[in-house]
Amino acid sequence: MAASKTLGERLRERGVSRRGFLKYCAATASLMALPPSMAPAIAAALERARRPSVIWLSFQECTGCTESLTRSFSPTIEDLILDVVSLDYHHTLQAASGEAAERAREEAMRAHWGEYLLVVDGSLPGPRANPGYSTIAGISNLQMLEEALAGAAAVIAIGTCAAFGGLPQARPNPTGAVSVSDIVTDKPVINVPGCPPVPMVITGVLAQYLVFGQLPELDEYRRPRAFYGQAIHDRCYRRPFYDKGLFAETFDDEGARAGWCLYRLGCKGPSTYNACATMRWNGGTSWPVEAGAPCLGCSEASFWDAGGFYRALSVPAEIDGARILAAGAVGAVVGGAAVALTRRRVRAGEQAREPVTVDELEQRQ
Amino acid sequence: MSDPMAFLLWVKGPMFNWALAIFALGTLARLLEIFLLGRRPNYAEPRGGEWGPGLRTVLTRSVADPGTFQRAPFDVLVGWIWHVGFLIALLLFIPHIELIQALIGLGWPGLPNPVVDAATAVTLVALVATLIHRLRHPVKRHLSTAEDYLIWTVTFLPLITGYLAYHRLIGPYPLALGLHILAAEIFLIVLPFTKLTHIFTAFIARWYNGAIFGRKGVQS
Repeated sequence: MAASKTLGERLRERGVSRRGFLKYCAATASLMALPPSMAPAIAAALERARRPSVIWLSFQECTGCTESLTRSFSPTIEDLILDVVSLDYHHTLQAASGEAAERAREEAMRAHWGEYLLVVDGSLPGPRANPGYSTIAGISNLQMLEEALAGAAAVIAIGTCAAFGGLPQARPNPTGAVSVSDIVTDKPVINVPGCPPVPMVITGVLAQYLVFGQLPELDEYRRPRAFYGQAIHDRCYRRPFYDKGLFAETFDDEGARAGWCLYRLGCKGPSTYNACATMRWNGGTSWPVEAGAPCLGCSEASFWDAGGFYRALSVPAEIDGARILAAGAVGAVVGGAAVALTRRRVRAGEQAREPVTVDELEQRQ
Repeated sequence: MSDPMAFLLWVKGPMFNWALAIFALGTLARLLEIFLLGRRPNYAEPRGGEWGPGLRTVLTRSVADPGTFQRAPFDVLVGWIWHVGFLIALLLFIPHIELIQALIGLGWPGLPNPVVDAATAVTLVALVATLIHRLRHPVKRHLSTAEDYLIWTVTFLPLITGYLAYHRLIGPYPLALGLHILAAEIFLIVLPFTKLTHIFTAFIARWYNGAIFGRKGVQS
């Protein structure tokens, strides 16, 4: 019944103005690197779109991704778009709890079998791990994912934990956590990493699916190119300082105050692909680098284990001074031994020397 | 899924430490051997000092004598160009300075990236030119051994991978950066056991030359 209403009807019911809606569509078009002339087409497609069923599974996660999506400081169109998506199951956002919640999930799966979007946030204990590390209603994460997967049209892994394993997978990975794409092999997976991801990236991916009815173009890490196509570093407003070699050396020096590059303070912008520098956070207010904090690289795989957050990107994760010193000592011993051998050979040669005179040589002939 | 990142972490972590260890081991062994063996004692009465002429020769031999330049202008000119370019890319690129500072605590100002980028591009072209020259020149080709081509390759690889990573011409980026670091590590590992030791021995040899001539009271 609710599914019969179109997105356009629902947005109008909620008092979203035509102007606000079109602005959202234009922003979405530019995000997807489409010409502005595509905005009306997006609007038309979104208005016609039926409410797609979304089942949101939260596994080993901190709810930060959901917070990112819902805790915008003012209700945004992104919020509403997500509201009108039929979010049939989401721990944090649904009213039902316990058995009733699980029943809602099963019903939604049955009703939209083969069509629903499966959103996962959080990693999950892998097939070889103890399933007891993370369960919902007594069902292990792995079992729940596999069941929900069977009828899903596509899977969207929201957040770095779901996309790459994230914090639960960081060394020593006590729960044997794996990412969604470590498990899912036969369904399309879109990774939307970030800790958390930019809210508009989450809704942008959903909008793109609604508008075009197909999955976006993905990069090597299955991230939508529209949002993860460029490095933070390449779009950073502090980039000119990097190129000129002007760096903040500490968090409170002249350079930091003048807004110079944060590379030396550990900024991972050069190796991080995300939309923070262009879309920014909190309704476009600011973003970490603008606030004076180096990029941690949160949308990249293994970012927790990739060396210190405040060490420059080119600095090795850990320098094993003892091993290098030991190797140097071995080298010194080898060098000394080589010298001793050569000296002995020279001395032996001197001892074995048989002096000979010209007369003796002539006699021998 | 996280394989390129795992690769980058491996080259930045365990592999980096192995490369440095092998470099330290090999270099110390080679240099100690050279220094401890020393030279035969010279009992002749010295006609001049050793240190002054020795150190002066370390510098003066950097410039080829006119005869050498006339006989092989390409080698002198292109050799100079790529050595200087290589040193600019190695020592004046800011991420490299950061790495050196983290390792030994010494830092210095770097050059703006476009300058380093241009120097790298020139160095790459010069290195390719040296290879073509070596292959086309009958005498050079005859004299070249497998080691010569090996050290050309290990010298070229860090530059080309660095250039590709900086311009993001191959992806994903952790793979590009990882390949660059790995190439530099191969360079470090190969260095002590090949002609690349000239990075150190060229200066020792020049010093010995200058010192010998100085002792004899002859200009070097």
